[in-house]
Amino acid sequence: MNDVAQYTIKEEPFYQAQDDEIELYEAAYAARLPVMVKGPTGCGKSRFVEYMAWKLGKPLITVACNEDMTASDLVGRYLLDANGTRWLDGPLTTAARIGAICYLDEIVEARQDTTVVIHPLTDHRRTLPLDKKGELIEAHPDFQLVISYNPGYQSLMKDLKQSTKQRFTGFEFDYPSAETETSIVSKETGIDMELAAKLVKIGGTARNLKGHGLDEGISTRLLTYAATLIKGGVAPKAACRMALVRPITDDADIRDTLDHAISATFA
Amino acid sequence: MSEAVVEERTPEIAAYWETLGCRFADVDRVFDECMTEAIALLSKEGIEAYIENARFIGKMGRGSEPLLVYLEEAPTVASIVGEEILVEIKDFVYYLSTNTNFKAIIPFLQTISAVTRRLHSIEQLHYYFELIKDMVERTSLSVHGHHTTFPSPGLPDLLKQAPRLLKLVSMEGFKNWIDYGINYYHEHPTRQIDYFSLQSADAHAVLQREQHGTLLVDHERKLDLYMRSLWQDSDYLVPYSLAFSELRKPMPYYDDYGIRLPDVYDDFKGVRGIDRYRATLAHMAAHRRWSSKMVVDNWSPFQRVAVEVFEDCRVDTLVIRLYPGLRRRFLALHPIPNEDDLDKTDQSLLLLRLALVSRAILDPEFKIKDELLSSFVDRFHAMMADGKEGSSRDAADIALSFVARTRRQTDLSPKTYFDNTEVDYRDDNRHLWIYIESGDDEETNFEHLEDQKRDEQVDALPPRHYHEWDYAADHYRPDWVSVYEAIHPSGNASYIDKLLEKHSALAKRLKAILEALKPQEKVRIRYQEEGSELDLDVAIRSLIDLKSGSQPDMRINMSHKNDGRNIAVMLVLDLSQSLNEKADGSSQTILELSQEAVSLLSWTIQQLGDKFSIAGFNSDTRHNVRYAHIKGFSESWGPEVKARLAAMKAQYSTRMGAAMRHAAHYLEAQKADKKLMLVLTDGEPADIDSSDPQVLIQDTRKAVSELDQQGIYSYCINLDPKADEYVEDIFGKQYTVIDHVDRLPEQLPKIFMTLTK
Repeated sequence: MNDVAQYTIKEEPFYQAQDDEIELYEAAYAARLPVMVKGPTGCGKSRFVEYMAWKLGKPLITVACNEDMTASDLVGRYLLDANGTRWLDGPLTTAARIGAICYLDEIVEARQDTTVVIHPLTDHRRTLPLDKKGELIEAHPDFQLVISYNPGYQSLMKDLKQSTKQRFTGFEFDYPSAETETSIVSKETGIDMELAAKLVKIGGTARNLKGHGLDEGISTRLLTYAATLIKGGVAPKAACRMALVRPITDDADIRDTLDHAISATFA
Repeated sequence: MSEAVVEERTPEIAAYWETLGCRFADVDRVFDECMTEAIALLSKEGIEAYIENARFIGKMGRGSEPLLVYLEEAPTVASIVGEEILVEIKDFVYYLSTNTNFKAIIPFLQTISAVTRRLHSIEQLHYYFELIKDMVERTSLSVHGHHTTFPSPGLPDLLKQAPRLLKLVSMEGFKNWIDYGINYYHEHPTRQIDYFSLQSADAHAVLQREQHGTLLVDHERKLDLYMRSLWQDSDYLVPYSLAFSELRKPMPYYDDYGIRLPDVYDDFKGVRGIDRYRATLAHMAAHRRWSSKMVVDNWSPFQRVAVEVFEDCRVDTLVIRLYPGLRRRFLALHPIPNEDDLDKTDQSLLLLRLALVSRAILDPEFKIKDELLSSFVDRFHAMMADGKEGSSRDAADIALSFVARTRRQTDLSPKTYFDNTEVDYRDDNRHLWIYIESGDDEETNFEHLEDQKRDEQVDALPPRHYHEWDYAADHYRPDWVSVYEAIHPSGNASYIDKLLEKHSALAKRLKAILEALKPQEKVRIRYQEEGSELDLDVAIRSLIDLKSGSQPDMRINMSHKNDGRNIAVMLVLDLSQSLNEKADGSSQTILELSQEAVSLLSWTIQQLGDKFSIAGFNSDTRHNVRYAHIKGFSESWGPEVKARLAAMKAQYSTRMGAAMRHAAHYLEAQKADKKLMLVLTDGEPADIDSSDPQVLIQDTRKAVSELDQQGIYSYCINLDPKADEYVEDIFGKQYTVIDHVDRLPEQLPKIFMTLTK
């Protein structure tokens, strides 16, 4: 009942490979192995998955996980209508039926009892039991499960269970090297390389502060935001303060230091 | 001097000498000189006032010295702030003379011109007089039974220090500094003298706090972040004080023990203090990144200076290349040397030549006319061209050739030209040198002495210092209290188990209450329009309603929510002497009852599974507040903790504020939604070195509000039946007074449970 077309990616998303991750992913997909993508926020995890879905020509269903998400939000639930109750598939069920790539973003945000529902889909069984409905779904041959998580800010409470972790193959992402990042920022937004290099340098200063009051540095995503603002005519320093500094910290000392880094970089 | 007297006096000065009517020979000797100066500085009326007031001072009966100093200093003062000050100086001298503080006259007069130069206006000077008068009145004591007034002990020293103090602090800071000294050393004349002569540590601490400018201590973290983020470098930042070495101004430097920076930077040439620190750090970080050590045994001092300058320029250039925005800061701090002075022939101009080159290298706008000098600028730029980094050795080569080629005869002249040659943000470059032979001029190293000292204190934790609030002065006394933390000695753990057994009936009752309090991990919320699951009972009812044609209830879903407790509790026990008293109507001491109560409470909290720690404190003056660790958050309620609890002993006094602040820094580090500090005490905060009972009460009250700001809820359980008088002052409504101390074991866990329900 779900339209496959609405989940397909029509245009090629911009993605610049950092390493051989594209080939590795293709190999994993060929064997339909579940994939885990780790890395700090805004380093390109979701973009990578989107790109791979486009490249493989498969529909992509993305679920942003959160603390209040329950198993039925993934699997589906009964709704009430005029004739009684009606079953509505959840995103995971839909993906398993139509053969999509199901991408669970920030999986650790979901409660642990929720994440176990994916277990039968991730091993040799490739099935999804809908116990409330009394149905056992055989996953479509094209179906693949991808999860992402950010190991940076997790507390003890938020870690994946070993039993979940060990069902996936993994990619570890980090912020790209300065050169790659410069060309990413430049290509994504159309600003010149020199300006992009300055933004990347500021990004680097913030990343040095990780663990000294910053949980995470300035992400590539924020750098592109800053570049977009500059492209739109905002003065570089103001754009950097707005896009790079204010969002990531409330700590006055860090804010001051980063502001200083901006004014030291933009003469 | 005596020859001058032989020369005849001009009639004008002779007339003034007559008016002065003075027979002191030593005054006679300097009179001409003073008058010549006075005539140059003052108007005719001014001179007359000058002589008239001098005459008065001469006849005051305090010898010739006040008159001598007055004659010398007064003209300068009058020339700066106006001649009407002359009368006021005289009046003030007279005031001091009649006020038994005549010993202060000389220091007053000696420093008045230096003070005036700092203050620069008559209003400020009036204010200064007022402050001194106020100080005199507050510190000149009349002792009961003696019919004399004792002079203010600290006054002469204060006056001696005044110019130096005013150089460091504003008038407001000066006032605070004096107030502080008066308040705390009112009853200790000798300590008052130590304070006002700037010899005591407190005097320095207060002075540092009152200093204007940007204090390193306030910005240490920011600067550490700066080093990490922009330079990926980090080291200890150690402050040194500029205030107390007048002869040789210390410069920033770094060595194996850290980066030394001045304790305070004023804004300078439009650069904020914090940015001066950053510029200095950037320069040093650049040295650490790009400079290498050089063997200098064969270099002359001139050569070394030149090498330093060129190497400094090299790293500065690299800094600017990396962070172009810093050029502006560097140039603002870099002096602009005056090239015209190159013509001077009576001075050694090497520093000027180097400063010119340094400026020209960093500032593209700055051009040197001298061709030889500017050829070195070009040589430098050639070394750095096309993104090359050069090396310390390359810079040294240029420098050595610079010294050789620009040498002048005058370089060896004893007088050296210093104007506008000192670059503020640069360090002393001690890290550049290697000496193969250990010379005489090497820094004397005292570090081994420090090591020795450290060894002696290995077995105890170093004290932590806390501020204390002074309600009368409305400010914190800086680093006033020293808290020593140690693990509480252990006793016999089975004693506590016996206590618990004794209260087993009570424990049973508590257990019933606990069951109700125990966290329910998941709670079902029914009747939700949106939820995770269909609530079948409601859904069927709604369906029946729908089918039978009546309005169905749409809230057919249900969801779950977590209902956990996330509390961190810190129990702070007062272990002061008064706990040894027998409780009213009981055969047990308060200490024993507290032990029972704490044991029961610990058991209770253990049952609930909340994070929990216990500490005890007592104090023996502000220098020795003892904080005993009994149970930490990560320790379990086991034999070790019980053993410590069993050994609880009561002694000394109750300095509560410091103990609470210390406990708070542990509680603050805990991750919990709610943080609770329970303070169990039997009386008001007091200590033997605090004569005003309000001081420690108000300090504790301040501590409570500080804790509140940190998100810590403090709650007092007071065993003093008369506590109502003060406990509300301190804790607001967050307290319980237990009238029947013998019921404490029962009450304490109950209070805790109601607090956390």
